[in-house]
Amino acid sequence: MNASNLKQSELYAAALRRPLFSSKAWIALAIVTAVLALLPLLNLVFPAGHSLHVSAYAVALLGKFMCYALAALALDLVWGYAGILSLGHGLFFALGGYAHGMYLMRAIGQDGVYQSNVPDFMVFLNWQDYPWYWTFTEHFWYAMLLVVLVPGVLAFLFGYFAFRSRIKGVYFSIITQALTFAAMLLFFRNDTGFGGNNGFTDFKRILGFDITAPATRATLYWVTLAVLLGALVLARAVTQSKLGRVLTAVRDAESRVRFIGYEPLGFKLFVWTLSAVMCGIAGALYVPQVGIINPGEMSTENSIEMVIWVATGGRGTLIGPIIGAGTVNGLKTWFTSVFPEFWLYALGLIFVLVTLFLPQGIVGLARRWMTSRQERTL
Amino acid sequence: MRRSALLIRFLLSLALVWMAGAWVPAASAAGLDPALLAPLAGDDTDAKLEAIARLGTESSAQAAVVLDALGNDRMYVTPEAQLLVDTRQGIVDAATGAAIGAMPAQADSVSVNNRLRRAIAAALSASRLHAQDPAQRLAAARGLQRGADVTVLPTLEKALSDEQDAEVKEALTVTIATLQLKSDSASLRTQAAYVLGETGNAAFRPTLHALLQQDAQGAYAEPDAQVRAAATAALHRIERHVAIVEWVGNLFYGVSLGSVLLLAALGLAITFGLMGVINMAHGELLMIGAYVTYAVQALFRAWFPQWLDAYVIAAMPVAFVATALVGMALERTVIRWLYGRPLETLLATWGISLMLMQAVRTLFGAQNVEVSNPSWMSGGVTVLGSLVLSYNRIAIIVFAMLVVMFVWALLNHTRLGLFVRAITQNRRMADCVGVPTGRVDMLAFGLGAGIAGLAGVALSQLGNVGPDLGRGYIVDSFMVVVLGGVGQLAGTVVAALGLGAVTKFLEPYSGAVMAKIAILVLIVLFVQKRPQGLFAPRGRSAE
Repeated sequence: MNASNLKQSELYAAALRRPLFSSKAWIALAIVTAVLALLPLLNLVFPAGHSLHVSAYAVALLGKFMCYALAALALDLVWGYAGILSLGHGLFFALGGYAHGMYLMRAIGQDGVYQSNVPDFMVFLNWQDYPWYWTFTEHFWYAMLLVVLVPGVLAFLFGYFAFRSRIKGVYFSIITQALTFAAMLLFFRNDTGFGGNNGFTDFKRILGFDITAPATRATLYWVTLAVLLGALVLARAVTQSKLGRVLTAVRDAESRVRFIGYEPLGFKLFVWTLSAVMCGIAGALYVPQVGIINPGEMSTENSIEMVIWVATGGRGTLIGPIIGAGTVNGLKTWFTSVFPEFWLYALGLIFVLVTLFLPQGIVGLARRWMTSRQERTL
Repeated sequence: MRRSALLIRFLLSLALVWMAGAWVPAASAAGLDPALLAPLAGDDTDAKLEAIARLGTESSAQAAVVLDALGNDRMYVTPEAQLLVDTRQGIVDAATGAAIGAMPAQADSVSVNNRLRRAIAAALSASRLHAQDPAQRLAAARGLQRGADVTVLPTLEKALSDEQDAEVKEALTVTIATLQLKSDSASLRTQAAYVLGETGNAAFRPTLHALLQQDAQGAYAEPDAQVRAAATAALHRIERHVAIVEWVGNLFYGVSLGSVLLLAALGLAITFGLMGVINMAHGELLMIGAYVTYAVQALFRAWFPQWLDAYVIAAMPVAFVATALVGMALERTVIRWLYGRPLETLLATWGISLMLMQAVRTLFGAQNVEVSNPSWMSGGVTVLGSLVLSYNRIAIIVFAMLVVMFVWALLNHTRLGLFVRAITQNRRMADCVGVPTGRVDMLAFGLGAGIAGLAGVALSQLGNVGPDLGRGYIVDSFMVVVLGGVGQLAGTVVAALGLGAVTKFLEPYSGAVMAKIAILVLIVLFVQKRPQGLFAPRGRSAE
């Protein structure tokens, strides 16, 4: 082997050894995490009215936003790095939520309105017993398994057939949208056995703890934060790896990747399934904090809104979607309480302006600003 | 003394009724024989029944008046046994129809029990067989098909021999057959079963089934084997006819749904096919078209109420122009900056759709607005005996065909169409040879939007018009475009009609929602097999 070849492979190995985040980024991440982790504590420790008190509402809202951020992160993995725009991530989110919701429904026990062994909606349907697909859902571990498996297996099967047929671009987006729409119609039916229109709600306890107790809510919040952090690190690891490089290549020139000798199917399928599982986990974390899951989560609007979180934050940046989910949902919360009738105008405007003027999102804007400042100092 | 007078009067009236039996109705248009009516004033139910049955056979129009009054408790009897009828316009004599100034104070209403009421209903139908209006005669003949008494059979046969109208004749034949089924002659019964089979009317199935019933001893309800065979054959005929009607009905509703899908998707196919623009605001353009229809309707109500029926026609060009302008404005301001980035157009147009929806909510309110069908669109035409094809659905099918022809002609026989096709095939080459691509893009987008506006006019005639109208169609119209393949008018037409027909044929088995789910899953599977749709472009343009 000649020297140049050796040198190249060394360079390549060095590139792969790049740290996950720069030390600055690690510090920033640690600070933000610490601040976020502190908030529920402030809520628990200080009584209402104290100047350091954080309202339970704010904590719940942030917990919800972190679930959205996790979903946005999952979407960024496929859209930002593999160029696959999914309009069906609302489906995976909802499936994860429903899987966890099944456990939470069974945890209600006989405390429902009708004191029956089965949930109230089954009482309405005159069902004496749980249908077969509810088997074992009284066990928490099994529900958690379902949270991972149901979105994962569905995504794997759907992705396998779609990517094998080389469906891409807008066709893929439209197909995922159709799938989600079909699933929504299915879940809206009462006899599907998932509560129909109303979905699951009125949860009482999780793992024996009262689900409305402040301590339980704080724990859920911390779990969400930990999962989000873990997911961010994992996503970073995936995109920094060799696999991530191939994915980016697939995004930019799929045919060329194929001509070079890579089969994109496996790469796309891996990241697609991973993304779906992440999104399912986000849904599973969302349900106990919000206290309801219904087929509305699968609506076309929800999935597209997820996409705009990613676009607003900056696609292909991982941290961007988290910022974007927070920004857009923060705006939504503010608008719907102050100018409810103007929220849709604002959201529509975000869609248009971000696509027209901010193709790299907020993160891209920040990067441009930072580079221009560096240039000025030079 | 009073009692004996009543008795005498009663006997007298009985005799008169007996005489009336021999008395042939002389088709007198004016009056009735008072003797015929006399029992009605009495207390003997059997006599009343007979009188009512006789009134049914009367060809006089006054008989119907009397029966009607009797059934509605508007018949009165004076102490002098004169029968009076309170037609709502005034009091008349029951027999002659001559007007009486006022109701005598002592007049009692003639009481009627349920047994009499049934007889009155049958008799009334029988008497209406002689009505002037063929529609009334037809209704009477049909009314007698259910539960008429054998006693009306002679009346029916007479009516049949007098009848001129073909439709009424047919109804009478069927009515006679239902009665003949109970006759004593086996050959008549066979004949009757055959006639009932000919009608193909599902309403006769229970009657025919009853003939084939076996009792506990294994004896058939119908003793004659030949009649049973005829009944079985008749049942088969009916089943087949019902199946055909169902099939034609499904086909019609399928084509009509397909036309709606076609209208909704056609504009999308143009913009998507030409520019690769995923226009998520397409549904909102449909909605704007429907709201324009609403506005035009309101305008006609206010200014030209005499031409209100024509407002739909007037709404078409207005909706086309209005939505085309909206579309062109969108193209100039937003979409043209995003060519070549279809996913970004998807997001931007989604944002536009949100704003358009909210704008309509602000302008017209969040509630649905009322758009009424013009009178010429209500009602329908009946085919195959029982299938009603409503005029508004027929109008939509015709309209969809016209719009397709319009688009086809525009694309294939105008200079703009030539440019559009050139750009679809090879944008850069078209640009090189001098096609003003920017202008053509704008016009083509305007055309797509304008067609959405036309579709909106059609949709406003079918369902609710509200700010959410477009949302319901966006997934469906994308399905049509994906299924049909890009840039192919024929593909869009076939895909839309096919989807509509398949949906309607699935619905009876699976219910509407499951049919929709099945269709969506089928499309997802289909696209795995043929990612480029039914009519895929071949060669270089394929990638």
